[in-house]
Amino acid sequence: MENFSLSYLNPIWPELFLAVAGMVLLVVGVLRGNSSTRFICVGAMAAFVGALFLMAGQEITNEPILNEMFIQNNFTFFMKMLVVGGLITSLALSVQYLYQDNIIKFEYPILVLFSGVGMMLMISANDMLSLYMGLELQSLALYVLATIKRDHAKSAESGMKYFVLGAISSGMLLFGISLVYGFTGSTNFDVIGTTLATELSLGAVIGFVFILSALAFKISAVPFHMWTPDVYEGAPTSVTALFALVPKVAAIALIIRLLFVPFAALSDQWFQIMWLLAFLSMAVGAFAALRQDNIKRLMAYSSISNVGFALIGIVAGGETGVSAVLVYLTLYMIMTAGVFGIIMCMRRDGVGLENISDLSGLSKNAPWLAYPLAILMFSISGIPPLAGFFSKFVIFQAAIESGLYTLAVFGILTSVVAAYYYLRIIKVMFFDEALDKFESSIEFSRKIIIVLSVFVTVAFIFNPSPLIEISKLAVQDLF
Amino acid sequence: MIDFPILSLLTFLPLVGVLFILLVRGKEERVALNARRVALYTTIFNFILSLYLLFNFDDKSAEFQFVEKAEWFGALGIQYHMGVDGISLFFVLLATFLTPICILSSWNSIKSRVKEYMIAFLILQTFMIGTFCALDAVLFYVFFEGVLIPMFIIIGVWGGSRRVYSAFKFFLYTLFGSVLMLIALLALYLEAGTSDIPTLMDTALEYNMQIWLFLAFFASFAVKMPMWPVHTWLPDAHVEAPTAGSVILAGVLLKMGGYGFLRFSLPMFPEATEYFAPMIMWLSVIAIIYTSLVALVQEDMKKLIAYSSVAHMGFVTLGIFSVTTQGIEGGIFQMLSHGIISAALFLCVGVVYDRLHTREISRYGGLVKNMPKYATVFMILMLGSVGLPGTSGFIGEFLALMGAFQVNTYVAVFATTGVVFGAAYMLVLYRRVIFGAQHNKDAAAMKDLNKIEYTCLVPLVLIVLWMGIAPSYVMDRVAPSVEKLITKYESRLKQSPAESIDIATNQIGTTGVSE
Repeated sequence: MENFSLSYLNPIWPELFLAVAGMVLLVVGVLRGNSSTRFICVGAMAAFVGALFLMAGQEITNEPILNEMFIQNNFTFFMKMLVVGGLITSLALSVQYLYQDNIIKFEYPILVLFSGVGMMLMISANDMLSLYMGLELQSLALYVLATIKRDHAKSAESGMKYFVLGAISSGMLLFGISLVYGFTGSTNFDVIGTTLATELSLGAVIGFVFILSALAFKISAVPFHMWTPDVYEGAPTSVTALFALVPKVAAIALIIRLLFVPFAALSDQWFQIMWLLAFLSMAVGAFAALRQDNIKRLMAYSSISNVGFALIGIVAGGETGVSAVLVYLTLYMIMTAGVFGIIMCMRRDGVGLENISDLSGLSKNAPWLAYPLAILMFSISGIPPLAGFFSKFVIFQAAIESGLYTLAVFGILTSVVAAYYYLRIIKVMFFDEALDKFESSIEFSRKIIIVLSVFVTVAFIFNPSPLIEISKLAVQDLF
Repeated sequence: MIDFPILSLLTFLPLVGVLFILLVRGKEERVALNARRVALYTTIFNFILSLYLLFNFDDKSAEFQFVEKAEWFGALGIQYHMGVDGISLFFVLLATFLTPICILSSWNSIKSRVKEYMIAFLILQTFMIGTFCALDAVLFYVFFEGVLIPMFIIIGVWGGSRRVYSAFKFFLYTLFGSVLMLIALLALYLEAGTSDIPTLMDTALEYNMQIWLFLAFFASFAVKMPMWPVHTWLPDAHVEAPTAGSVILAGVLLKMGGYGFLRFSLPMFPEATEYFAPMIMWLSVIAIIYTSLVALVQEDMKKLIAYSSVAHMGFVTLGIFSVTTQGIEGGIFQMLSHGIISAALFLCVGVVYDRLHTREISRYGGLVKNMPKYATVFMILMLGSVGLPGTSGFIGEFLALMGAFQVNTYVAVFATTGVVFGAAYMLVLYRRVIFGAQHNKDAAAMKDLNKIEYTCLVPLVLIVLWMGIAPSYVMDRVAPSVEKLITKYESRLKQSPAESIDIATNQIGTTGVSE
């Protein structure tokens, strides 16, 4: 510490910048009140964009930094970019929604900002303590966001459920960390890794299982998924969009880091756990969604099954597997952004609609919403030539390469089941009779997100290589 | 030999048409008319372009021609690779030929959402042509599976009363088969290190591997064909689809299955083919007899023709899996002939359906009196479907049966009974619709073929006759590729020593059951 200088902080400038920006915006909000919500939203987006630039200018060393609490490498860089991109998208989608749904609270963008800081810290964590700190920072911000519509029973209920179950998982996480600490003598990832490689103790394995369960909760992998449909349904749609886009990506990044760095020696143990999580998530995600009428619940189950697919990549392991996960997450995020952009446009007489039947006959009333949604639905169900096909393609390629035939065949069959409910949305929009029109005012930022999302979905086929190559590059630092 | 990418042009030209249709603005009627015109001109132009392919095709060569290669999926070494040989050439032509007829036949019968309808058909054409031209397995899969999207929309939006059920059934059935193929395709890709079809054809695979891969590909192609017992989606899809949808479904989409067998199953998994061929031939026989009998009792015209399609496709699989020159050539010829005949028959049903809005056979009768032209056209097509010498149907069935006879006499005997049943249900249909008393006034008052219907049907009838009288034009171009396929197939079988097969058979006998 003796040669402390500002350059010491270089690696975490983006996070620091975001935190400071958050505090400044908070002050502005307190002074100017809720009328400044729009300004603060824009400010938060600008802060995220600034963070993106700061990150891009950073030197990537792949060395532990700040007393070995954090690490900066290509993988964390890629994931942070993805997370920040997702946060900007979700904010851009939200602004109009906040005003339409009367959630004009300046805390909203600031909470998103702080959750972003938490996620970034947790992705680059290199120590159990910094991991826990980052994870809690993002979770607490998200608990509050889920309940942001305070006078609305469902929103409050969803926030409460999220909080209680989240607290349990945090407890499990801490318990697991303490066990691992007790049996390996360190909280540092690298030290844990080397200790476990030389000596496998049962206590550490049990601690590890606790940690993994807690994180499975965060990514809502079955059987830790119970909260997801309720929270997705109850939270305001803009918050649901945020939940669907970002936190899971961050948590999966964290899981990847944990599994391949400190707990790489336990790969025999975690292989079975992850295999089961992937299997169950795909099954429940596909079958439970069949009877959903609420589109937000449907998207919740869809996200569960998609987490299952992403986990296949982790089970497959190796550079191919993990890079496939990155490709999968990126494309899933892009497609989901478009879907939620369209869900937010489902409004009639000043009320947001959530039932699939409300989309009835949309192709006649609002083809500019129906066609994008149809394209995205075909894509998410993995039909070529759309982007969703390629995300499944890389995942299953990794699975076959690692000889996971059972998981691959089962996964692909659940994707047929899942295709049914995605098709149902298309059926309602195209084959059923038209209802009244939706409100037609759609904010520019939301339009851009929808257009971009559909464009990438359709045009990905023409040049799929860059994303795949970048993600291959990103995972090299893990191995 | 060639300096412009004709196959890519053929494949993607319809998409240019789509762009033009999207640009059409104005009043609804105006938009509809312009959309129809753009679609028709695009597809006709595409057909003329495909004739270039036919006239410049080297009929001595068994190699892939008009080959195009470009980088596509660089990171995984998957290329954009197109080309046609004798096997795929005529399927491409079938696709380019039938689409304008489909567009023309829906000129008046489709009144709602014309713009979307035309877009769906153009996109469908892109995928169809792409499927037959693709020489990269992944590219093939993209096109093969992409077909589902426009077809789902066509059945679901413009279909009959149970269209939703049928659209879902069609989509999910086919998807179920295809995804298994995707897994197999990935396994194949990783095993051989490439997804290039010509290279894969030369890659020898382990016996066990072949068996599993064959089964997965079989799942996909058998559903698409469709073979008994996974044919049940077809009658539903045909009955509910709009006329043009049925035409393209029967005319082109079913052929993708047969084409897949010839492109993937036979050349890549010869030993597995040898192992499964007897079973598939028996399945074909069951399909021929069973679905013919089912067709015999149908009251719905479209359903009857749909079941007859399954029976005719049975002859195709019979021929292909006899793995003899005559058998395979017969299979290909039967596919082409069925593509034309069944497409025309569905058009014929469409003609009367447009007038009376029912497909029930008993509602018609004695049409020969008020619709003589229709009766003539229908008769030629009916006889073609029965397989009367002089029509294209005869050549295909005869060759396929001849191929089967060389391999297994019993199979051939049973399959031949199918020809008799085929004659039975088609003649009964013809008698009930065209001859007999005119017991319904509205049916008796129907007008004969109008100009558009005439223009659609006459070329098809001519081709049926031409292919029946002078099959050698098609056969000469198909033969070298088939010859090469069989030579390679047999040399691959000889290469693999018999002992290793025995061991492998035992292995699969023990492990296969337990899994």
